[in-house]
Amino acid sequence: MSPLQLCLLFSSLLFCVGLAGALSRSNTILVLLGIELMLNAANLNFIAFWRYGPHPEAGTGLIFVLFAIAVAAAEAAVGLALVIAIHRHRKSIRLQEANSLKG
Amino acid sequence: MIALAIIALLTFAAAISAFVLRNLIHSVLLLVGAWAGIAAFYLWAGAEFVAFAQVLVYVGAVSMVVLFAVLLTRQGATTAPVEFDSLKRGVFGFVVAGGVGGLLVGAILGSPLDVHTAATNPAVSVKELGHLLMGPHAAALLIVGVLLTVALLGAMVIAASDKPEDTP
Repeated sequence: MSPLQLCLLFSSLLFCVGLAGALSRSNTILVLLGIELMLNAANLNFIAFWRYGPHPEAGTGLIFVLFAIAVAAAEAAVGLALVIAIHRHRKSIRLQEANSLKG
Repeated sequence: MIALAIIALLTFAAAISAFVLRNLIHSVLLLVGAWAGIAAFYLWAGAEFVAFAQVLVYVGAVSMVVLFAVLLTRQGATTAPVEFDSLKRGVFGFVVAGGVGGLLVGAILGSPLDVHTAATNPAVSVKELGHLLMGPHAAALLIVGVLLTVALLGAMVIAASDKPEDTP
């Protein structure tokens, strides 16, 4: 098995751990953390393909990961602010109880 | 290769136990460990600057924001465990994640990847990265800066208290 395949296996299994966490927990903060873990696993793919791709000197994968990390930081800040706002209104952060926007 | 296996095992252990544990603080701290493991993977792959960015942003900043959110949304009792989630939801999550995982692993193992094994790590120095960021990607860098500013201002507005005596 080539090292590229090992890296891809690592990232896809990490993605599945994040997916299972995001789907099976009902605490909003843990769901958000699962999504963050899935985003990190996607970043691992960029680095793996940059490292073992045909043009590693171009550095495109590195640039993409840097921008993805910046966007993920913004997403985490807004998401946690939403969690705090929901907690203020409902005194709970369970997903099942924050359903007032549901049709 | 052995280093990659060790990094992967430690990261998996941290991530899985983070989503299995009942105590929210322990989960968050274990996830910080998983993010540090991902930074170690970046170092192993030769992307030092990305590893430092990962440590600064995730292990440093995002973990603090998450811990503050956990502490601010705490209910009454200090060490109350997270209430037990429904079994149906857990089984559904594991089935979906297992299906996606099987699909991904099958696709990776079944596709002939044209591996370009460089003898040495492809060194893109921080100077070259800075030239790339300031040259061809300068517009994206500016947009990310504006995006971060807007997002943090929006987070402040959303999370700020809206009690009647605060508003004029």
